[in-house]
Amino acid sequence: MTTVEKPVYSVIGTRPIRPDGVEKVTGKAQYGADVHLPGMIYGRILRSPHAHARIRSIDTSAAAKHPGVLAVVTHGDLPAADDRVEELGETAVNVRELSSNILASDKVLYRGHAVAAVAAASPHVAEEALAKIKVDYEVLPAVVDVRDAMREDAPLLNEARRTKSMGGQVSDRPSNIASHNQFKAGDVEAAFAEADVVVEREFTTKMVHQGYVEPQNATAAWNSDGTLTVYTSTQGAFAVRAQLSEILRHPLARIKVVPMEIGGGFGGKTVVYLDPVAAVLSKKTGRPVKLTMNRAEVFEGTGPTSGTYIKIKAAAKDGRLTAVKATLAYEAGAYPGSSVGAGAMTMLSPYDVENFEIDAYDVVVNKPKTAAYRAPGAPAAAFATESAVDELTKKLGIDPLDFRRNSASRMGTRMVNGIAFPRIGNEETLDAAINSPHYRSPIEGPNRGRGVASGYWFNAGMQSSVTAAVNSDGTINLIEGSTDIGGTRASLAMQLAETLSVPYETIRPTVADTDSVGHNDVTGGSRTTFASGLAVYEAGMDVRRQMCARAAKLWSVDPDDVVYEGGKLRCTKDSTRELTFSELAKQSARTGGPIVGKASLLARGAGGAFATHIVDVEVDPETGKTTILRYTAVQDVGTAIHPAYVEGQIQGGVVQGIGWALNEEYAYDESGRMLNSSFLDYRMPTTLDVPMIDTIVVEVPNPGHPYGVRGVGEVPIVPPLAAIANAIADATGHRFTDLPMSPRRVLEALEGLE
Amino acid sequence: MEAFDYVAPRSLAEVYSHLGNGKRTLFLAGGTDVIVQLREGRRHCDQLIDLKHVPELMRHGFTSDGTLEIGAASPLAEIYEDAEVQRRLPGLVDAASLIGGIQIQSRASLGGNLCNASPAADSTPALMALGARLVIGSASGSREVAAEEFPAGPGQNSLRPGEILVQIKVPPQPAHSGAAYLRFIPRNEMDIAVASAGVRLVLSPDNSRIEDVRLALGAVGPTVILVNTNDLAGKAANAETFKLAGEMASAAARPIDDMRGGVAQRRRLVSVLTVRALNTALQRATEAR
Ligand SMILES: Cc1cc2nc3c(=O)[nH]c(=O)nc-3n(C[C@H](O)[C@H](O)[C@H](O)COP(=O)(O)OP(=O)(O)OC[C@H]3O[C@@H](n4cnc5c(N)ncnc54)[C@H](O)[C@@H]3O)c2cc1C
Repeated sequence: MTTVEKPVYSVIGTRPIRPDGVEKVTGKAQYGADVHLPGMIYGRILRSPHAHARIRSIDTSAAAKHPGVLAVVTHGDLPAADDRVEELGETAVNVRELSSNILASDKVLYRGHAVAAVAAASPHVAEEALAKIKVDYEVLPAVVDVRDAMREDAPLLNEARRTKSMGGQVSDRPSNIASHNQFKAGDVEAAFAEADVVVEREFTTKMVHQGYVEPQNATAAWNSDGTLTVYTSTQGAFAVRAQLSEILRHPLARIKVVPMEIGGGFGGKTVVYLDPVAAVLSKKTGRPVKLTMNRAEVFEGTGPTSGTYIKIKAAAKDGRLTAVKATLAYEAGAYPGSSVGAGAMTMLSPYDVENFEIDAYDVVVNKPKTAAYRAPGAPAAAFATESAVDELTKKLGIDPLDFRRNSASRMGTRMVNGIAFPRIGNEETLDAAINSPHYRSPIEGPNRGRGVASGYWFNAGMQSSVTAAVNSDGTINLIEGSTDIGGTRASLAMQLAETLSVPYETIRPTVADTDSVGHNDVTGGSRTTFASGLAVYEAGMDVRRQMCARAAKLWSVDPDDVVYEGGKLRCTKDSTRELTFSELAKQSARTGGPIVGKASLLARGAGGAFATHIVDVEVDPETGKTTILRYTAVQDVGTAIHPAYVEGQIQGGVVQGIGWALNEEYAYDESGRMLNSSFLDYRMPTTLDVPMIDTIVVEVPNPGHPYGVRGVGEVPIVPPLAAIANAIADATGHRFTDLPMSPRRVLEALEGLE
Repeated sequence: MEAFDYVAPRSLAEVYSHLGNGKRTLFLAGGTDVIVQLREGRRHCDQLIDLKHVPELMRHGFTSDGTLEIGAASPLAEIYEDAEVQRRLPGLVDAASLIGGIQIQSRASLGGNLCNASPAADSTPALMALGARLVIGSASGSREVAAEEFPAGPGQNSLRPGEILVQIKVPPQPAHSGAAYLRFIPRNEMDIAVASAGVRLVLSPDNSRIEDVRLALGAVGPTVILVNTNDLAGKAANAETFKLAGEMASAAARPIDDMRGGVAQRRRLVSVLTVRALNTALQRATEAR
């Protein structure tokens, strides 16, 4: 661990057991699938077999008469929706499109698009009834690849769609290109003309899924008084509530969303799919209705991340990166809103590059509407940049990390959106990589190679609310509203313990439902330990202030003469006056009632995160299979509140990146049918496919947080795609520009097959 | 999942009594194929006959002449964990121990793997290479077929109505022989073979010449393919001959192109796997056992 100007902490930096650990390892934790309510019935969803079709009519009469069926719903059962954009933190949704994605209105836009739903006494009966729903489709030509969709003669998903450009321009012709944005500075052409070397390449990546283990689920109970309670697996209960309110046109206060434990999300559980359907089925039947997806539905009916096409031209002069020109086109899926903007805005962040011109296109295709996935947009963009940089360094004969160090962004460097970086840890991260045992060791043996790559992710702030209720025995209930998806109960409790100088074990954190805590944005954008942490810190300071006032009252002294130090209250004017935290807590009833610290805030000052990864691979030239021999991920984390969970986040991100690089992809046939909607054929890495992922945690504190926290969870997925491609290029002499670098693709390339 | 009847007979006779009643029937051995297929609506049945309570189907052991008799529904783990099986038939252990993971192996059976008749079934090439024979039973008696005669097409075996697979017989292996099974998968577990090769190599007493090679290929045709390798007899057991065997494998392969693998890739892979499996078989044949 590298340490930069690190204060001394007592709780931060230790590795206590997570508050939710025992429940989870003993199987007692309650997930959405565990919800059972009295009188509960089950829903199933009918999905489109076509990638693109107009719905002429839907006849649900036979299904409704099927024995055991209690209700059938279609898009007509949802209130008419506005064409309006709702911000969900990391992602924004157009309410009308969201509503049409929940249950298709006039058209189905991808195979797996929900068309109707049935509620019945058993899920099997509901499934049988689905077969009795008659949908009359007019099948339309489908377009599933981003470049095909951009062609002028491509089938249009929405005839009314025009291309919006920066500055409010709108195209006169309809198009699948929903938006075009540009980021530009300097003079790229002049820089190319005087460069020492120039590399130009095209890259493609396939649509990939987050691959969370727990499928989406929702159980809704619509009560006769119009209150609605929804139990669900989500990264943000308030975001679910907001979407339900918009889609159902129902007041926020009449909807209670209860977040159950979550079995992974990685960005994918920020938008709703089942929740509104369960709600309308419940409203119709008067019974609680439970909906759960199976794996094929998760693949075909939820939001993966974009397939991409990226063209890049990069130049170097005097051992530095001097110019980059790039075109990025991302598949948004059925409705606009890919992460292409974030891809464009992060792809050059590791560099101080004066001349750039980046064009970003958001393109609709007949595939599921994409959702956020860990550092959305950044990995594919970094794949292009970092592969091109690798080639530049090979041509120049310069060490790839030295080159990055020479070109590195630092405090004051402007991102492509014009914003200057505050204190960042890019250079420290590169230095730690250069000096790592891994990078200093030789790579030897036939068919082996080493690759490096860097990456950046903004991290987010957004809104958080917490309450810290001090109990009479000195223990504390910490009520928060951020889904605990990566150990945040622990990291928040630790920050409160640090603020109050009390033992971690005295704090019991709870992730509350939407009726029980103020608004919290989604756990996304690596924001929770940072932003909810900030709220926890302020709530802790609130407790300290209140306790000082109580002590002053007890001692009949001026509150300004009481200090809170090391978990004790002391009177600065009288050294005999001292109380411990729990001694004073015991007195709360007689000094003015319960002591409850509160904070609600919009967190600013999120600190961006940089990572540099080193990977060694061996490629079997006879089978094309790549084995990851050694992997080291170096990352600036700001301050590692709980180092084990920080390392876990880094390792998890790397493993997902390895899957994306080597095997994962949405495979489609011509008609737009996904061919591998199961974990058997959608090949995520298993434990046997990855080595121990070594981590080097660099700590350059974020000035925007009292403990220096930066988000850590997303940036680790950014470098692996390029790092592995660079390693394979080193091992085989062949540069792969299309993901995944599956054994088939590698073998075909190396042996010139087909 | 659709509704069906479930029956759990206690004897073969009782099993047969449930057949021929006009009901679409499937069998439940480990259930690792059939339950998945029923849930996904890929297969349909009116009755599911659980075979795990029939003693003959759940045991295995060597006879006095050295034949390994395996009840068709015995879990794979029981077979490959048997020290005697490991010593005498490492080529069978290769296959049985890589089907699925430990949970799957504790349920799944060789009978289910054979009857499900996937061209990529892992035990089938290994059993063919070892010269296994299958005992098929029905109310009217039993018959035996060679393992290579059993698969009839993708997902189709050659059982007739009223018949079940009762037993797999692996004959005692010749002296100076060794067997091995290898598959290629993109990951390192939980995957279906893109291509596979099961081999048995019989050497001359002085180990200098090949007397016989049995070579079976998986996932490169509508069924597992047993390759004619007569031309290898009499040749030296060396890299050159193995390369030739690999070429024979490539030539015999009839692969399709699907999302699991391409035609050229599969042809190339069976050749590589054949050579690698022969190297392991050679080592096993020449090791003292
Ligand atoms: C996660 C997972 C991983 C897997 N990995 C592999 C793998 O690596 N390699 C591989 O080859 N397979 C694999 N499989 C498939 C499956 O496990 C194997 O094919 C297994 O051997 C099937 O055996 P079973 O006893 O479970 O068969 P079952 O599912 O019980 O039966 C399969 C079929 O055979 C029929 N049948 C069973 N026994 C008899 C009998 N005695 N007579 C007549 N018909 C019968 C049944 O009617 C059914 O149609 C995997 C499956 C899963 C779920």
